[in-house]
Amino acid sequence: MYAIEVEHLRKVYGDVVAVDDVSFHVASGECLALLGPNGAGKTTTTEILEGYRKADRGTARVLGQDPGSAGLEWRSRLGIVLQSDRDLGDLTVRESVHHFAGYFPDSYDPDKVIERVGLVEKAKSRNAKLSGGQRRRLDVALGIIGRPEVLFLDEPTTGFDPEARHEFWALIEELKADGTTILLTTHYLDEAERLADRVAVIARGRIIACDTPGNIGDRSHARAHVSWEENGHGLSKETTEPTLLVQRLAERFGGEVPSLQVHRPTLEETYLELLKNEGES
Amino acid sequence: MSTTLRIGRSRILLELRQFFRDRESALFNFLLPVILLVIFGSVFANSEIGFEDVTFTQYFLAGMIASGILYTSFQNLAIAIPMEREDGTLKRLAGLPMPKASYFIGKVGMVFVAYIAQVILILVVGVLFFRIQLPTSPTHWFTFAWVSVLGLLSCTFIGIAYSVVPKQGKGASALVAPVVLVLQFTSGVFFIFTDLPEWMQAFASLFPLKWLTQAMRSVFLPDGAQVIEASGSWQLGWCAVALGIWTVGGFLIALRVFRWAPRGQL
Repeated sequence: MYAIEVEHLRKVYGDVVAVDDVSFHVASGECLALLGPNGAGKTTTTEILEGYRKADRGTARVLGQDPGSAGLEWRSRLGIVLQSDRDLGDLTVRESVHHFAGYFPDSYDPDKVIERVGLVEKAKSRNAKLSGGQRRRLDVALGIIGRPEVLFLDEPTTGFDPEARHEFWALIEELKADGTTILLTTHYLDEAERLADRVAVIARGRIIACDTPGNIGDRSHARAHVSWEENGHGLSKETTEPTLLVQRLAERFGGEVPSLQVHRPTLEETYLELLKNEGES
Repeated sequence: MSTTLRIGRSRILLELRQFFRDRESALFNFLLPVILLVIFGSVFANSEIGFEDVTFTQYFLAGMIASGILYTSFQNLAIAIPMEREDGTLKRLAGLPMPKASYFIGKVGMVFVAYIAQVILILVVGVLFFRIQLPTSPTHWFTFAWVSVLGLLSCTFIGIAYSVVPKQGKGASALVAPVVLVLQFTSGVFFIFTDLPEWMQAFASLFPLKWLTQAMRSVFLPDGAQVIEASGSWQLGWCAVALGIWTVGGFLIALRVFRWAPRGQL
């Protein structure tokens, strides 16, 4: 059962092809991260799925319906966190979350949501006075208040400090545990690795790779970089069989290998490699 | 109660909170008529309009109440909606399970409540400090009610339609305030209407404010004072026709041109 299905989506603005030919699907309860450089077509794709824009070609289905024509009942099952909102500045956090709960037939308890996003101390502050990270957490609160089945998160942690980012990840993991389907757009590869079941890399309006964070770009089969210390010198070797190499080293040293490190490409390195190859092709 | 009305009511409360908490909006749309009444009422304390002993302040009060209609509806919305389009408010709302009508119920409700509060404030200040005479007959208050309703509705719809004119939220007030000022100067708000050149009177007759001020004079001036009107009469029938046309026309135009997204976006 897919919560989101996208087939051969295409969107052109004037003579700029924003989305060329994008296909992917997100299973119910899954979290898919959409990665890609600015202008790659992430936001356009997301906004088509949110019903803000119409595709020129291809089909999009969210919860089985065409976002371009679906009604309010469908909307009540979605949560949307857009990029960089500055609205609602004259209201307090508490007023905002309570007001937005009123739009949904089966919302969460507003005060619990404020607690969940960690804004209890700021509940009576005007939204305009919130820091960047607090404001983002308010946006997330307003996105999840309606108990969404599908949640769209567009660069949700921009401007967060590391601690706030980890708290946010824990919150998203709770929502995943509740069975929420999540489409996450992000520039942070560690965020994608932590939260996403699969990542899709989009470049120049096309998906160039889509797999689990561990496997994408043949990451799990990539050559590993093994380094150690021998006779006071740092040595290293690239190998496709790092386990075998470490075993041999262990035999040679008769136990511990000094300063042993086995490094596989990180998601970030793999991602950059994918984009580089795409640029060359 | 239907969802549309329930959410509409919740939006009225939200809109009012934002209206009064935004200092610029509270000053520019809500307090301005009272401030102007205090200034004009003090400067022209001893002026009369040439009918019995009716003061200019009494004449000016009618113009300020009519202006208040324009401020709380047209000026308020024509400035606030471009801001909402720019700062993400409208985009957020379009993504919610909100019936579109609820948004407009919120706007209309806010305008009506703000206007009622404003009129009470104007009248209290007028009576306490400027010896303003209030009408006593129910007929006058009935005229006041229907003129206010038609005025608010027409200027609300025009304001919603005009909100597509400013390209950005930031410069909106510069594109709205001059329109209001020109209408005030030509419609008999700051000057006695019959003192204006005829071409100016004819120009003003095309827009609602002239008819609003005239109808408000019929409420706040003695009946005999209509001899100093251009036609020698309050022309309440024509007021109803003019405001009715603007209400229906404004509604149809607003329905046609209103957009949720900034220009260049869907």
